[in-house]
Amino acid sequence: MSETPTAQSITDSSVRLAQIANPQSHIVHFNEKLPLDCGSELAQFSIAYQTYGELNAAKSNLVLVCHALTGDQHVANLHPVTGKPGWWETMVGPGKPIDTNRYFVLCANVLGGCMGSTGPSSTNPATGSSFGLDFPVITVRDMVRAQARLLDHLGIPELLCVLGGSMGGMQVLEWAASYKDRVFSAVPIACSARHSSQNIAFHEVGRQAVMADPDWCQGRYLEEGKSPRKGLAVARMAAHITYLSDAALHHKFGRNLQDRDKITFGFDADFQVESYLRHQGLSFVDRFDANSYLYITRAMDYFDIAADHDGVLANAFRGTKTRFCLVSFTSDWLFPTEESREIVHALNAVAAKVSFVEIKSDKGHDAFLLHEPELFDTIRGFLGAAARKRGIVA
Amino acid sequence: MNLNVPPHTMRASDTSRVDLLLIAEMVTPGTRVLDVGCGDGTLLRLLAEKRGVDGRGIELSQAGVNSCVAQGLAVIQGDADTDLVYYPDLAFDYAILSQTIQATYSPRDVLKQLLRIGRRAVVSFPNFGHWRVRTGLMFGGKMPTTDNLPNRWYDTPNIHLCTIKDFLDLCKDVGAKVERAHALNAYGSKMGVSMPLFMQNLFGEQAVFLLSR
Repeated sequence: MSETPTAQSITDSSVRLAQIANPQSHIVHFNEKLPLDCGSELAQFSIAYQTYGELNAAKSNLVLVCHALTGDQHVANLHPVTGKPGWWETMVGPGKPIDTNRYFVLCANVLGGCMGSTGPSSTNPATGSSFGLDFPVITVRDMVRAQARLLDHLGIPELLCVLGGSMGGMQVLEWAASYKDRVFSAVPIACSARHSSQNIAFHEVGRQAVMADPDWCQGRYLEEGKSPRKGLAVARMAAHITYLSDAALHHKFGRNLQDRDKITFGFDADFQVESYLRHQGLSFVDRFDANSYLYITRAMDYFDIAADHDGVLANAFRGTKTRFCLVSFTSDWLFPTEESREIVHALNAVAAKVSFVEIKSDKGHDAFLLHEPELFDTIRGFLGAAARKRGIVA
Repeated sequence: MNLNVPPHTMRASDTSRVDLLLIAEMVTPGTRVLDVGCGDGTLLRLLAEKRGVDGRGIELSQAGVNSCVAQGLAVIQGDADTDLVYYPDLAFDYAILSQTIQATYSPRDVLKQLLRIGRRAVVSFPNFGHWRVRTGLMFGGKMPTTDNLPNRWYDTPNIHLCTIKDFLDLCKDVGAKVERAHALNAYGSKMGVSMPLFMQNLFGEQAVFLLSR
């Protein structure tokens, strides 16, 4: 079969590997220490980022977009590895809800990533080879700390808005909790203030799949000239199911067969849904690093804002002046509406300015990346109102 | 009280919502307000623009919430019956429930929550004691429909209608002090305070109450 996870890569892996050290992005090398939540530190670090639109003279129109687990900084341009459009081109661009004629949009590859920011596949200055498992375990707060350093470096004191979905939403919450004075408005989408037990469980399945692949080589696959393609593909396949919904899968595939008239009584991809998942797994390993997947899923697992504030979520936002807009989707069972509501209740408890919209959609968690007119209207309206309040004219 | 605006600009697009003007008049400028069942944000906008109020809203419908968010109003999608419990005591100067109490599942609990969350509560509702309603039932022998209550019995969201006298009983029951109360006639004008209660209950189409604990 041409579509099993064991198949050859679609693209030349050298293109992907080149992005780790020399990304097709802006990059800032920080020759300074970055303290980490685990108690360790990075002696130096790099952050790769993309920008769209122009920073105004008052430096007041920055919109920081935070990407999700397997996303990257290529929000609204062709992806250098896949050649596909950016992951949020429907949202970001001239005349789009996040209008680049009006706002200066920036997205940075997260710490621990594999598209130019320092991560487990970056070269460890102490050894001259890749970090592998010597890379310290990072947290969402560490990611945000690194982004704050980038904005310091760029001389941008305040964020007109920080927004993102899923793990991007976690970063938004962390920004709002840790840098209250810098965040004018915040849009956490389809996320939670703490990663649920079920979500940790799914991540563990993914990590075990990667680590069970002999080509993972205890994390030193780059030195061995190998890649745990099978394991990472299986991890992606399992995770991808959690991004969809029963209804979405049913509408898209039902029990339809793939390029055949009847079942084969074998283990080929008889069903379209199997073929689809195999393709998702395959195309993922062509653009993502296995160790980055381990580290970033771990960062999400450790995310629990309340735990960082005496177990009371509201304490994280006490005194906040940030304007919040939370968005959830009815069919999202990975980050269900109830988890957004918990954040809303905490924000209510500290009298924060908070809006909340639950959008009807059968597309599951991935709805935030797809064509959802209600989401576009909400973001356009909220961001426009925040900009007017901040004195930014259209 | 002069709100410095011509009445037509303050009116809700729906002329049956003249209660909003009266509510705006009852709210002290610069205060913190929660509008429960805020719809498309008409009252919150009015309060923000004309009274300098720091307003928040709760609305059930997605269309209403989206309209509010697009205007920059802080509104959450939620339900008066279930979501008020999450607000701390005395979080607001006023908790407003305009033309919504009759559509709640537990009006008594909702009223108690309003009085817990706000220093004052403002409640407006359609008066089921109005003579048209009474005559509609008496002579038509069917559940009455009026301009204020246009729905038929099987599709109305108004599951807990009451009269002005009923509402006064409820206020007494939950220990709410009536600071101000107005009945509005068919033209949306305040009826004379000297008018006896039974007359207000007979000729008032809507009522607006300002309550405290």
